[in-house]
Amino acid sequence: MKPEIRIRTHDFDLFYGAHHALKSVSLEVPANSVTAIIGPSGCGKSTLLRSFNRMNDLIPGVRVRGRVELSGLDVYAPGTDVVELRRHVGMVFQRANPFPKSIFENVAYGLRLLGVNRRAELEARVETSLRRAALWEEVRDRLGRSALALSGGQQQRLCIARALAVEPEVVLMDEPASALDPTATARVEELVLELKSRYTIVVVTHNMQQAARISDTTAFMMVGELVEVGETRSLFTRPRQKLTEDYITGRFG
Amino acid sequence: MPQAQPEPGRERVLRPLHTGRPALRRRVWDACFVGASGLSAFVVMVPLALVVWHLLAKGLPELNLDFFLHLPKPVGETGGGMANAIVGTLILVGIATLIAVPVGVGAGVWLAEFGRGRLAAAVRYTADVMSGIPSIVVGVAVYGLVVVPMGRFSALAGGVALALLMLPTIIRSTEEVVRLVPRSYREAALALGAPRWRTTQDVVIPAASAGIVTSCLLALARASGETAPLLFTALGNRFWSLRVDQPMASMPVFIYDYARAPYDDWNRQAWTGALVLMLLVTLLSALVRLTTRRAPRP
Repeated sequence: MKPEIRIRTHDFDLFYGAHHALKSVSLEVPANSVTAIIGPSGCGKSTLLRSFNRMNDLIPGVRVRGRVELSGLDVYAPGTDVVELRRHVGMVFQRANPFPKSIFENVAYGLRLLGVNRRAELEARVETSLRRAALWEEVRDRLGRSALALSGGQQQRLCIARALAVEPEVVLMDEPASALDPTATARVEELVLELKSRYTIVVVTHNMQQAARISDTTAFMMVGELVEVGETRSLFTRPRQKLTEDYITGRFG
Repeated sequence: MPQAQPEPGRERVLRPLHTGRPALRRRVWDACFVGASGLSAFVVMVPLALVVWHLLAKGLPELNLDFFLHLPKPVGETGGGMANAIVGTLILVGIATLIAVPVGVGAGVWLAEFGRGRLAAAVRYTADVMSGIPSIVVGVAVYGLVVVPMGRFSALAGGVALALLMLPTIIRSTEEVVRLVPRSYREAALALGAPRWRTTQDVVIPAASAGIVTSCLLALARASGETAPLLFTALGNRFWSLRVDQPMASMPVFIYDYARAPYDDWNRQAWTGALVLMLLVTLLSALVRLTTRRAPRP
């Protein structure tokens, strides 16, 4: 049986002013799996990721052409509710960016946005999210303390918990471990593997070992183009494109 | 690879590392710079110290409970106080704050978060020009705009004049501190599905709140000492009055009147008034800072 496709882009172009940042990208992201996007710096992998929840809209002078579909719905169609879209597509950033609020309030914020204000329900859902992000045991007795007092790795898992709290279908991760030490990186990677049964995960990384360890599908990009996409093991062992082979064998990038 | 011998001539450039004393030239420059910046820091302290010392020396002898509890006495009688002026200043500054803080903070946040193009440039330009208007001109303008139509001097007119003086400071410094809020906070909120206005309200403003409070405080402290704009607006009052549509006493005007009066007793009370005004402003800032200290902390 063919797996369900959660995100599909079709001939998707994106321009920053005159700069053609994404060139006719057509990519399918299977549901409930981990898709890694790799490629050298500036290849457009983060831009592609941020097209899925329209975070690029915040940058002045951005134009797009083509389609991006989430579960079959065109996210760039006129009249799309971007706020609603982002509730379905959560995001974790390169640098952990908890709010300068308490640990509890960080996770509860998305729920409050949805109008959840009953203390008992908030507490239950905050706990569930923190457990899923494998952070509960470390913070359960200091939920009222500032999130900024946590270590870098804990902060990043808190940001993951914050994104999970609103039950998104997709979680986008933009180099989620690049600012973390190896131990914290390993924990985030384990977490990604645990989460894929519930969520569709897209990870941008420039760490190829990481892509090989955690992803089911890998997409390789260069200068705005999607060069090759395929099952992770075969892409790393039998790349079809010369460019991919050169990149994964470390000949450039 | 075996360690290469030092290149010829290299040992002459490198001085021994452990002589215990850095090169003389470097130490002299170091002393000069530290000395110069230390001196500047000291010079900054001098005026404040002089003002405080002078006010204490001249104002303290007349300072007693009566000063806070009684009205001014008629000429010729000694004693009395300036209770009405203390309360009057609090009311005037209160009115000004009620007007200037919502408008100023709102405009500053708008400039930083939403303001684009010509309208934003016009608002910024207006704020800059306003901050350059001499306070006495603001007083005259409010006289024309509020006092004349109302038919009398009033606390309300005084509050409006002070608010106009506070506005530009609040607008521009609010804009500055809101801009300093890291982009990553905004992105985090937006990515959770927060609309722009919720992002601003829930994340950006709280993150900038300490700076916003400081900017309002600075404006407030400045406004509490303004005399010129009150001369044509709140005027002054030697009696109790809490009505905002009537002339109201204020400490700066009280000090101004008493300092130029030909009576020794009044001159002494002007000093005391100045001391009390300074203490009042200090107390206000301390209070606001204390109450806005934010939880949670690490």
